[in-house]
Amino acid sequence: MDTLDVKGLSCPIPVIRTKKMLDKGCQELQVTGTGNVARENVSKFASSQGFIVKLVNDSPDEWNIIISK
Amino acid sequence: MDREKMLMIVTGVIIGGLAVLLVAMGNPGNMGYCIACFLRDTAGGLGFHRAAIVQYVRPELIGLVLGAFIAAVSSREFKSRGGSSTFVRFLLGIFMMLGALIFLGCPLRDILRIGGGDLNAVVGLAGLIVGILWGIFFLKRGFNLGAARAEETTQAGGYLFILGVIGLLVLLISGFSFNPAGGGPLFFSTTGPGSQHAPLWIALGAGLLVGVLSQKARLCLTGGFRDFFLIGNKGMLIAYAAILITVVTLNLYLGKFNLGFANQPIAHTNHIFNFLGLFLVGQCGVLLGGCPLRQIILGSEGDMDAAATVMGMLAGAAIAHNFMLAATTKGTTSISQIALITGIVIVSIIGWAYREVDA
Repeated sequence: MDTLDVKGLSCPIPVIRTKKMLDKGCQELQVTGTGNVARENVSKFASSQGFIVKLVNDSPDEWNIIISK
Repeated sequence: MDREKMLMIVTGVIIGGLAVLLVAMGNPGNMGYCIACFLRDTAGGLGFHRAAIVQYVRPELIGLVLGAFIAAVSSREFKSRGGSSTFVRFLLGIFMMLGALIFLGCPLRDILRIGGGDLNAVVGLAGLIVGILWGIFFLKRGFNLGAARAEETTQAGGYLFILGVIGLLVLLISGFSFNPAGGGPLFFSTTGPGSQHAPLWIALGAGLLVGVLSQKARLCLTGGFRDFFLIGNKGMLIAYAAILITVVTLNLYLGKFNLGFANQPIAHTNHIFNFLGLFLVGQCGVLLGGCPLRQIILGSEGDMDAAATVMGMLAGAAIAHNFMLAATTKGTTSISQIALITGIVIVSIIGWAYREVDA
């Protein structure tokens, strides 16, 4: 599984980074980030592209989601 | 209808409705809300510039901050963080303000101006959209001001912005003056746009409500276009449409809709610089990750970089008026035109310099 760290990055860079990974053909991706807005935006984007989004950790300091086909 | 769409519509309708109400209660024409104008008036109220007609600490701004703060704390989204090229963001805040003061409004006022029939604002909107596309050009090439770091042991940094704003509110309500003989601060305009305002408590309340809604909806007047062009997300465009439809409807009902270019309230008819003014705002808004309103909301959620951007906008207002760079209703001067074009060049160089080649 590929991993991507978008902690602390401004909008919309977490989504752009995720998009780049998915465009490269990545089938399963774990994204780690901070803040609800980035989590919502990355999740919404991946769902809109037909991926399954699973939130595996949502602590106050960081979140992890797994994006898969 | 899903919850997100509903939130966008409700936010847009309430902002549009309150904007028209604030004008009816005393705010300048088509200026129910204008983050740039209000920061400029606040800079004047603090004596940071000497343009006597635009000096008033706008309660709407104080309300926005406190409303967004309350919303962020109640949803556990308040988090003190910072350290993402703070000085660059401060500079971008200065340039974003310069662009807004040459157009005479932030992107939110642009929609309100269109809603009042001001066609100069349609030219401005075109500039905003092209500026956003120019900002996206840099984003696509890996533009990144770097990651912010969460403060692990304290939330103190995030509270400083809120405390500063509460201090302003205390000064405004108490009427305390540091220099009674010389006047001010706070300074209060006796003529011009700074003297036109809704009653304090109504303006404060309208700010609070919009602060809460904007925080919940993540409202951003550049982000909606940016996300539409970048990833085809239309969500926030619904809020823009709701603001516009509400304002047009209410202005038509009240007989305040005046279609045309000439004789519009606090506006000029220089098409090139209306376009380029909001072009620079759009470009800065994309590089900063949000429009002037969004920077205020982020600053109220503990984002110290956004708070620094707001301070940059305050400084930008002072620079724009002290150096005679801001436009007036008569139009722009050659020095303001040179400053604006220089601003676009400098912000573009920043956009190019901060790209991560391997991103």
